[in-house]
Amino acid sequence: MRNSQSPAFSIARRELKAYFTGPIAYIVITIFLIITGVLFFNNFFLFNQAEMRNLFQLLPFMFTFAAPAVTMRLFSEERYSGSFEILMTFPVSTLQVVIGKFIAAMVFLMVMITPTLVYLFTILLVGRPDMGPIIGGYAGAILLGGASASVGLLTSAASKNQIVALMTGFALNFFLWLLGKIVIYLPDRLAFLQYLSTDFHFRNISRGVIDLRDIIYFLSIIALSILVTVKIIDERR
Amino acid sequence: MIRAESITKSYGTVRAVDSVSFNISMGNITGLLGPNGAGKTTTLRMLTGYLKPDSGTITVGGYNIEENPIEVKKLLGYLPESAPLYGDMLVYDYLNFVADMRGIEERKRIDEMGELCGIREVMHMNINELSKGYRQRVGLAQSMLHDPEILVLDEPTSGLDPNQIIEIRNIIREIGKKKTIILSTHILSEVEATCDRIIIISRGSIAADDRTENIQLSGKSGHIISILVGEAGFGELSGEIGKLPGVISVSESPGGALTGAMVTCGAHIDVRPEIFRLVSGKNWVLYEMKQEQKSLEKIFRDLTIGGGNA
Repeated sequence: MRNSQSPAFSIARRELKAYFTGPIAYIVITIFLIITGVLFFNNFFLFNQAEMRNLFQLLPFMFTFAAPAVTMRLFSEERYSGSFEILMTFPVSTLQVVIGKFIAAMVFLMVMITPTLVYLFTILLVGRPDMGPIIGGYAGAILLGGASASVGLLTSAASKNQIVALMTGFALNFFLWLLGKIVIYLPDRLAFLQYLSTDFHFRNISRGVIDLRDIIYFLSIIALSILVTVKIIDERR
Repeated sequence: MIRAESITKSYGTVRAVDSVSFNISMGNITGLLGPNGAGKTTTLRMLTGYLKPDSGTITVGGYNIEENPIEVKKLLGYLPESAPLYGDMLVYDYLNFVADMRGIEERKRIDEMGELCGIREVMHMNINELSKGYRQRVGLAQSMLHDPEILVLDEPTSGLDPNQIIEIRNIIREIGKKKTIILSTHILSEVEATCDRIIIISRGSIAADDRTENIQLSGKSGHIISILVGEAGFGELSGEIGKLPGVISVSESPGGALTGAMVTCGAHIDVRPEIFRLVSGKNWVLYEMKQEQKSLEKIFRDLTIGGGNA
């Protein structure tokens, strides 16, 4: 099927259009920008530092909730309305469908964080920030967004109910985030648990040090979640 | 074309479909008839590859559905029950999306389908705003966009008004001239009106499978012939007819100024010539004589209620 585009891209395009024709995109983006804006500028002038660390410290936690909010409808809604039946009887593989929806969620998350570039320009106007952590921060945000979205996709495939998909997606993401935070309370031999944490790896990248291990971590989370999602859908048949 | 071999599907402890087998050849309209919850939708979902049978095999156009799902899906067009489309899309955008997914490059196919299904005037409307009849037609256009050899329609006319039902049926019959169609319904007159062959399904298994006219003629109680005669009283008429060989019973039926009678006779004897000779020999006047087909309604009830085929 050498058509103009692959089915995954057709699905991604349709999903993105659906996001922006309904209210959900604007609600999620607005809430995200308000919260990050408030927390970012909260003590920005207090510290009087030309840096965006504040924003990037916040992102992992923001994404635990924002990503499932974006992905919750991707499978749940289709299964609830029955349109999934038509989708799955098109000559496409389950993997193509999942990847299409994943791309849509990724693009959405990138659109969501794009307005934060305004902060960057503001800082560039008033000072000379160290660009390393900023570039690392955005690169990390894309990887982290992908990981959080793929987990959200998985929970969306597992439930017909969007709210259940959202809450379980949030719980899983929150757990992955929390692992990095609770390690200090655990005995030393459990310290390895922080390597499983999204927050730990994101902190590494957003320091401006792009390490292959961190990249591999996020890519593994994405690949694993996508495979489990495909498995869930195929098992449900 | 389509071969299902003892397919079974359970939901939890409920056997929705219990080792059902059938063969559907090219160029027929086959009706899957059964009461609600008989397993029609589950059967169709397995044929289209949406559900996977717990056991049994399905081959479509020579391809095993589990081994070559993509090839099978290319051959099939499917309209699920109540046409679940993406409500937030415009009709044209939706069909365009389907064309992308089906790898159809010629966009004029969309216009052709719009013409055939009568949806040209709603192409730029939101699917959510369409009436049920239009939604169904958009669903039909969706299922036929890639000109599939086989069309699977789940309750294509449910919830439509009588005019819409006739329109949809006409479209189905039109396509059925060239393609293989399988449709499910619980409306009996629908299969009588559209299908060449009927598979009656009850509690997950096949209760009857034959050509429509054979099913209409089947039945243990024999034929019923209704007659309407002038210039003869019922007593006289029934007395004479009752003497004819093969006649089992004669009962009175309303005839207004004339005399009406229902003649029940054995399954393999046609008594109509005898009745005609009798009436004309007596110089009575025969206004009407008709062999009643046992209605599907009756056959359906006989087969699906207390049939002991659970």
